Amino acid sequence: MSDTHAQTVAYVRDTMLDQQDPPLNQVGAVKWIRENLFSGWLNILLTLLSLWVVYAALSHLLPWALRGIWDASNLSECRALAAERYGADASVACWAVLAERWPQLIFGFFPKELYWRPILAFLLFLAAVAPVLFSSVPRKMLWVTALAPFALFWLIWGGSIWGPIAAILGFVIGWAIMTYAAPKIGALLAVILAIIVPVLYWLFVCGPLAGALASVVPLSLQTVATQKMGGFLLATIIGVSGIVLSLPLGILLALGRQSDMFIINKFSVAFIEIIRGVPLIVWLFTASLLLNYFLPPGTNFDLMLRVIIMVTLFSAAYIAEVVRGGLAALPKGQYEAADALGLDYWKSMRLIILPQALKISIPGIVNTFIGLFKDTTLVVFIGLLDPIGLSSSIRASTDWNGVYWELFVFIGLCFFIFCFSMGRYSLFLEKKLRREHR
Amino acid sequence: MSELATREVDRSQMKVSDEVAIQITKMNKWYGTFHVLRDIDLTVYRGERIVIAGPSGSGKSTMIRCINRLEEHQAGSIVVDGIELSSDLKNIDKIRSEVGMCFQHFNLFPHLTILENCTLAPIWVRKIPKKQAEETAMHFLEKVKIPEQANKYPGQLSGGQQQRVAIARSLCMKPRIMLFDEPTSALDPEMIKEVLDTMVELAEEGMTMLCVTHEMGFARQVANRVIFMDAGQIVEQNEPEEFFNNPQHERTKLFLSQILGH
Repeated sequence: MSDTHAQTVAYVRDTMLDQQDPPLNQVGAVKWIRENLFSGWLNILLTLLSLWVVYAALSHLLPWALRGIWDASNLSECRALAAERYGADASVACWAVLAERWPQLIFGFFPKELYWRPILAFLLFLAAVAPVLFSSVPRKMLWVTALAPFALFWLIWGGSIWGPIAAILGFVIGWAIMTYAAPKIGALLAVILAIIVPVLYWLFVCGPLAGALASVVPLSLQTVATQKMGGFLLATIIGVSGIVLSLPLGILLALGRQSDMFIINKFSVAFIEIIRGVPLIVWLFTASLLLNYFLPPGTNFDLMLRVIIMVTLFSAAYIAEVVRGGLAALPKGQYEAADALGLDYWKSMRLIILPQALKISIPGIVNTFIGLFKDTTLVVFIGLLDPIGLSSSIRASTDWNGVYWELFVFIGLCFFIFCFSMGRYSLFLEKKLRREHR
Repeated sequence: MSELATREVDRSQMKVSDEVAIQITKMNKWYGTFHVLRDIDLTVYRGERIVIAGPSGSGKSTMIRCINRLEEHQAGSIVVDGIELSSDLKNIDKIRSEVGMCFQHFNLFPHLTILENCTLAPIWVRKIPKKQAEETAMHFLEKVKIPEQANKYPGQLSGGQQQRVAIARSLCMKPRIMLFDEPTSALDPEMIKEVLDTMVELAEEGMTMLCVTHEMGFARQVANRVIFMDAGQIVEQNEPEEFFNNPQHERTKLFLSQILGH
């Protein structure tokens, strides 16, 4: 047996094979289509069925959208034009409502001649977030980021320029105490002073100082009341403020929940659970109605500010839980190594723990932000004119009574662009960090 | 049991002085109601190289982790470099910056490069200028023989290289005492040697070292004292020759016969 076998097993190759192309039906689009669409009779059937569904949907949607009327001044004119062009029973979109009312959907009732201010503010906002979002932007741009909140406030609400400048001065005072007094009076005392002195300054000095400066050099923009703001201007102000403020607050709450200090720990847990356990709409009603009972009579506390505070607290609770997940995912060894090197708590958090925990939490954080941004539409229930609220008020005019889809499609598209960009940015950041760390 | 460097260990710089580096007196520790460390008394003189051995769960890791307060002791006292460990955070941070530590799983910071791993603590704790910290870091990376990896991330290095970086990272703080918590236990056999070589060199320069390890070859060649622990107590301690050739306690004999038997 083994003798005969040895002859068939022994083998020496005499010619080497050249590389050949794979068979045509095994590469590229052909392969993909065969494997994914037509790999068996069931899949062929499903493919054909899906094609029919897609066709059925698009054959109604595309003519409706593409043949839409852009040049009409009211809904009945729009319908008349449609009947004239495409026959009596043609169903076409009336985009004319957007052509006429888009400034309102975007700016609300902001004075027309002042539209340049929110537009400039938006550009400034983009310039301010660029260095935060993209590390390729020069670091010096961070100065723009630091000053932007004050400039944005001034541009949108108007008033004397000395108000924001006097407010900035409070931060300068705090910074000066930390830098120049800390070596002399000790770190702890300096921190306490750096908090108390600016707060006292803002409470008692800031207002009169701004008033005095304004009477010397009157430099101001026309004031615009909060009630006049609406549409995407309002949604963006609330959304962006909420996002910017809730991230640091959420991180602090997450750290608090992990803390060994009893009171801080229990406070964080209670805060997170209470805020998270009640619907946002309830908190918004609290902001609009209940706070008036608690605040001293006569205090006029801007409704938008109250909403921003509530939205911030609400999403901070969610962010805290997302970040806690990131913190929990880190091996204990990272904490120990940071401790063993002599880093104190804040340094080890800032330099070692949070950069890693936040990286893990990016998808969850962005998810929360997207949710927050869309939830800004809920403010319609407490009488603020967000885009949805404005769509009702546009319908309330006799010209456009009965226009639903066109407005909602536009609003939906705008929200989608915002949210989709946030999602894409999150993916970009994840990829970038993964590349850097491996 | 891995073989060490075949070369002779140079003992010329290994001098034990009379100065006390660590003084542990009647130290006790409990996890809940479980008594992990019982009446530990230990005096470490500057320049000593102490190997701590014992079965798992004997409390040897816990003991050295108490020295830089990664674990808190509940009774007795620990004095490191003349500073008593209490719950005073200032003292703890001071001791931690004087005592270097290497872990079984290296615990490098994965989001920082090798160089950044080494310069982080000098810059933020010792307040050394960045440039100077980087020079020091490169010096120690050369010493552990991986300067060419300085700009890589920990994830790109082998286990042995990571542990050598971890040693370099500790050295960058110019510690007066080094603690090693099973530094070679998570390594492949061929990488153990490169880490042990680094530790031998460190010992040759006169560093005070406390080392929890199962590398008995290292203990024989480098240690001036071997401590055997069991059930949270120091059962026996002696010079390596005596310890290995003439163990006294029954538990020590059993342990040695088990780990040296094959």
